[in-house]
Amino acid sequence: MGAVTLHAITVLGHDRPGIIAETTAILGGLGLNLEDSSMTLLRGHFAMTLISAGDADVDTVEAALASLASGGDLTVSVRELPVERVADLAGTSWVLSVHGGDRPGIVSSVVSRVAEVGGNITDLTTRLAGDLYVLVAEVDLPKDVDSDALLVSLRETAAELGVGVSLHEVEADEL
Amino acid sequence: MSSAELNDDVAAWTESSLAVEGRVLEVVTAPASVLSTVGADVDPTAPEIVQLAADLVATMRVSPGCVGLAAPQVGESVKVFCVDVSEHPKTRDHHGTFVLCNAEVVESSRNEKAREGCMSVPDFTGDVKRATRVVVRGQLPGTGETVTLRANAFEARALQHEIDHCDGLLFLDRAAGAHAIHARKTYL
Repeated sequence: MGAVTLHAITVLGHDRPGIIAETTAILGGLGLNLEDSSMTLLRGHFAMTLISAGDADVDTVEAALASLASGGDLTVSVRELPVERVADLAGTSWVLSVHGGDRPGIVSSVVSRVAEVGGNITDLTTRLAGDLYVLVAEVDLPKDVDSDALLVSLRETAAELGVGVSLHEVEADEL
Repeated sequence: MSSAELNDDVAAWTESSLAVEGRVLEVVTAPASVLSTVGADVDPTAPEIVQLAADLVATMRVSPGCVGLAAPQVGESVKVFCVDVSEHPKTRDHHGTFVLCNAEVVESSRNEKAREGCMSVPDFTGDVKRATRVVVRGQLPGTGETVTLRANAFEARALQHEIDHCDGLLFLDRAAGAHAIHARKTYL
């Protein structure tokens, strides 16, 4: 197999049935393989990110997907990504939950505490309903990080924000 | 699990033993701070706790689909909750309606992940891993009798959810991952 190009493709905009079917049919027609994908609705808006692998170039992929954006209610972007191996971090995995009254700065304040100790957020969802703001993040912590100390600093930050915080180690049950 | 493992005293308990009329109270919703506060231990024989026990049962009864209600959910930061999973389709064995004070999980095993909702978090549901077999110890309101009961399946989940409320924890604190909290699509 020759050199493979990776593309990051994002599709954002007004939700309707069939967006994923159209997008993936076009990419399949170009011989591209979907290596990773994430799609959700954000405040009701369609939001999808795909990583595709194949030998088409950016211009070809963009041109092929142009029909998706022609209605004016979807935005499509295509970017070439360097092929890189992500180094496996020898560390521990945690789930961080924060919930409380909505106010500006909850996410930035909380994730700053994580960043300060070299923690890496690998997945993040925030939700708002009424006045209730909820953040759930999956966090990789380097081996030498003292998780108890991190929880203390997270609690201090949470107390300043008037929200609650929990940090639980992810337990995978090997079957 | 055979019904021989049920605690007869708990299974036989009904709110009529409290001998007070329960009142329907307003259920508070997150982000109310009482829901994130560790509840105080109580004297299960105190008249106000007996009244609260009756109120919790009365409020649970009028709330569609409600299988349990803890004191912090009605604004009282104390360790009292009621449970009744008898009508729920996921229930296996159960103890009917009962109220426990100062309850704690003393044994737990066989974790399973399932999606939970909560009257105090009306707009979300969440995937939470909990034990499907627990042993819980607490006190019955009124008599103050200490009881230890084994619960499984849905009753075990309900007990852990309510004991969490008494400790100031919501299912949001136990989310199984970043994609474990969902916008609620159907309301009971």
